[in-house]
Amino acid sequence: MAVAEPEQRTLPPVQAPPAPRVPTVVVDDVHIVYTVYGAGTGKGSATAALSRMLSKKRRASNVRRVHAVRGVSFTAYRGEAIGIIGSNGSGKSTLLKSIAGLLPVESGKIYTDGQPSLLGVNAAMMNDLTGGTNVILGGLAMGMSRDEIRSRYKGIVDFSGINEKGDFISLPMRTYSSGMAARLRFSIAAAKNHDVLMIDEALATGDRSFQKRSEDRIRELRKEAGTVFLVSHNNKSIRDTCDRVVWLEHGVLRMDGPTEEVLTAYEEHTGK
Amino acid sequence: MSTVSETTHNGAVAVGAAPVPSADDGLSPAQLAAKYGLSVSGARPNIAEYTRQLWGRRHFINEFAKARTAAQYTQARLGQLWQVMTPLLNAAVYYLIFGVLIGTRRGVDNFIAFLVTGVFIFTFTQSSVLSGVRAISGNLGLIRALHFPRASMPIAFTLMQLQQLMMSMFVLLAIVLMTGEVPDASWLLAIPALFTQWIFNTGLALVVARLGSKMTDLAQLMPFILRTWMYMSGVMYSIDKLTSTAPHAVRILLDVNPAAVYIDLMRFALIDSVTSSQMPPHVWAVAVGWAVVVGIGGYIYFWKAEESYGRG
Repeated sequence: MAVAEPEQRTLPPVQAPPAPRVPTVVVDDVHIVYTVYGAGTGKGSATAALSRMLSKKRRASNVRRVHAVRGVSFTAYRGEAIGIIGSNGSGKSTLLKSIAGLLPVESGKIYTDGQPSLLGVNAAMMNDLTGGTNVILGGLAMGMSRDEIRSRYKGIVDFSGINEKGDFISLPMRTYSSGMAARLRFSIAAAKNHDVLMIDEALATGDRSFQKRSEDRIRELRKEAGTVFLVSHNNKSIRDTCDRVVWLEHGVLRMDGPTEEVLTAYEEHTGK
Repeated sequence: MSTVSETTHNGAVAVGAAPVPSADDGLSPAQLAAKYGLSVSGARPNIAEYTRQLWGRRHFINEFAKARTAAQYTQARLGQLWQVMTPLLNAAVYYLIFGVLIGTRRGVDNFIAFLVTGVFIFTFTQSSVLSGVRAISGNLGLIRALHFPRASMPIAFTLMQLQQLMMSMFVLLAIVLMTGEVPDASWLLAIPALFTQWIFNTGLALVVARLGSKMTDLAQLMPFILRTWMYMSGVMYSIDKLTSTAPHAVRILLDVNPAAVYIDLMRFALIDSVTSSQMPPHVWAVAVGWAVVVGIGGYIYFWKAEESYGRG
């Protein structure tokens, strides 16, 4: 298969930026292979489990390997917002999980500056605790001090807009709608200045005004010399926030370049 | 935008232009990473650095335990009262079965205090292990969402059990007083006894947290292992009476059992009729030894797999 490398060396530098560009994430020929247990046979049935324990070749029959990312390389720099696009199942989330250090790579290496934070769509927090407690615990878990959280608490709650329709922040998170929960999660994660923040469709469930606020926050994070990755199927929000887009298809890096160029090609490809 | 994914794959590779300063051209990705001090993603920090990070999260651990304790009974009408009710009811059940119906009480002075101490102290270890098994596997959402040293979870859960035990200790002291014990200086021994047990529990919780993160069946199996352990630990009978005729090896085995050791120490501290002659030899050395070995060993064992928690 064709492996696309961002051909940086062959291109003449287009007007060098004032400050030297500092890489924050280096992805070097990464392959990611998922091992899926219990594929095919019913895991829940007791007889199936028993026969699986008894049969000697249970590994071979029951385990499937999925080659999700195939030889992707790119370098992300400080202050960049990179959109990641591609059809469903093209390896976008898998790649981000690996960059966050949550999935081991099969081969290749991922180097990062500090600890990247991944904000996924189903990253549940503590559902039986109130929204307010989640804000405090989330902040402490990210390594903020108590004073820092106390001073930012109101900002986080206001940003999430949870209290717009009444005092919801003092209710357990399990009572929140999926959109409200996603908004609070993003607000907590975005309260800290991350070196590398990766957002995996976490904004998709928010309403329009929240999406606007979070896009502003993404631009702010970039200004604070962080790198932001954004996975989205909403080409408009990518156009609004990202200056560079990486297009993955079938686990292969298909294109890497300025937003407009890649999105145009992508839209052509998807037949829009 | 289009939600239809088209899978035609023409193999054409289009490459966009990215402005790059020439200084770093020609460096391999590994060299580039080294030049700017980037580290391999998801690598495990060394144990000193890990301990430092963990110390930095001490407020998180504390707040997490507090919040979880508060949230534990929010669905029940009686709320926090269950913190005291649960150990009391447990003691009542064991008193009914072993004290009244079977009659192990024969030969033990102040059997109520003896039994309740045993039940509460064993419950502390038991619930630490049970919550430890699920500390990682039951909090994957949090673990995948935020980065913090994973040892925070099992440690927070044992801290939570310690807070729960403090509640039980008030009940225990009330029961012990009601059954005619007089407070004296030996009651202070309860503090080092609890402290060593807490260290031991934390180490054990770290071990089972790592095991439970990979073997999800362990959570199902654990109650049976723990019940066997409880019956061997002299919670509702006196090991001392039982082993007076047993072979030497059996006696040693029962005496070094950490749960039995911590129960013995608490009984010795609180109950006058339990004297040092009933204690196994070197009981404090054994208690401290278990705490140090399991505490440090469990911590290192947990840290060794730090990068693998929440993966997959």
